[in-house]
Amino acid sequence: MSPSRLVASLGLALLLASSAALAEDAAVSIDNFTFSPAEVTVAAGTRITWTNNDDIPHAVVDADNPKTTKSPPLDTGDSYSRVFDQPGTYHYFCSLHPHMQGTVVVR
Amino acid sequence: MDEMQGRPATVEARDADTAADQAGGTSRRGMLKCMVWAGAGVLWTVSGGVPHSRLLGTAAAATEGTFSFMQISDSHIGFANAPNMDTPGTLQEAVGLVNAQKSGASLLIHTGDVSQLSKDAQFDTADQIIRGARLDTHYVPGEHDVLVDDGAPFFARFTPKAPRGYYSFDQEGVHFIALNNVQDLKAGGLGNLGAEQLEWLAKDLQGRAASQPIIVFAHIPLWTVNEQWGWGTNDGTQALALLRPFGSVTVLNGHIHQVMQKVEGNCAFHTARSTAFPQPAPGTAPSPGPIKDLPAGQLRSTLGITKISRVQTASPLAIIDTPLGA
Repeated sequence: MSPSRLVASLGLALLLASSAALAEDAAVSIDNFTFSPAEVTVAAGTRITWTNNDDIPHAVVDADNPKTTKSPPLDTGDSYSRVFDQPGTYHYFCSLHPHMQGTVVVR
Repeated sequence: MDEMQGRPATVEARDADTAADQAGGTSRRGMLKCMVWAGAGVLWTVSGGVPHSRLLGTAAAATEGTFSFMQISDSHIGFANAPNMDTPGTLQEAVGLVNAQKSGASLLIHTGDVSQLSKDAQFDTADQIIRGARLDTHYVPGEHDVLVDDGAPFFARFTPKAPRGYYSFDQEGVHFIALNNVQDLKAGGLGNLGAEQLEWLAKDLQGRAASQPIIVFAHIPLWTVNEQWGWGTNDGTQALALLRPFGSVTVLNGHIHQVMQKVEGNCAFHTARSTAFPQPAPGTAPSPGPIKDLPAGQLRSTLGITKISRVQTASPLAIIDTPLGA
């Protein structure tokens, strides 16, 4: 392998490593009755974790499947994680405070 | 928002003068005129401040021969953060105040958010404390009460005859309607009654005399207090349309942890204080979360109870809010 190809391979490996890291984790914070960031774009397979920093409970509920795809109620400091395997756009909201909304875009 | 009075205040509906004119009328003609008057408006007094106000005196003077009941709301048992680390303690104080003021009161209503997280221990603590009021108590759920099994534990304990949390009953000529507007909420929406409950309401009102006073209670305000904070009910207007034929309608809500009221036609709207913590006036804070930075010793002036009297011979309703402490 030529030095230049080696560098290219290393670069690709690093790129893969970083996207692998991206595919593992993303975080959404809940502060002041707001999901932040309100929209996240992630690679398929990413685990997203919501953490409630408010003094009031919230929930993360899929807007299209509110009965089936939802977090337990999240008290202050509680977190909830969900892995997004399938590409698509997922709208969600808080079932206690439905004006709180967010979107996950999975590529 | 223009029609709303956000401050604790004394408010008299536009027909107050007529009410004063009618106050002495006891003949059949006078009674009939009174019914007509009741259809036109309601004399409605709210004292959100000091218990020893002129209004409380007015109410006290009017209690003889009247029907009255008490309201508490938003006890949030399980909440233990600033500004209130002891919500069972403040609920206990509120029940003490109910006991002190309940003379002649027929019943107690709780307008929801009994618990913080729908936990059985939280329900049980609230239940035990509220039983101390020794009044027949009628509940509606708040959104904090239906977080487990679609609200089944709440309904089993607090509305055992109404597995969906809505029901009605008559007491001393008044028709009480309990509504559940905290379930099946939609993304971006407000409180929700749903088609099934509206259909039930229409049937419940069918054939009822328009002269019968109606008192509706539900957790989230049936009128839109603030859309951005979700303080309203999407299909509340449909419920209110069904109530329009009735001469005297009073709507009692909780949820927003502060006293607000308005009168619209024959319908008087009122929200009660919480027994747990205050929330900011709409739009005055980044979020509707608890007001945490209360000056020392000020918490109790933001919490309280409500007493509602229906005066048989003069003004139909007087609503008195009393804080736990100054």
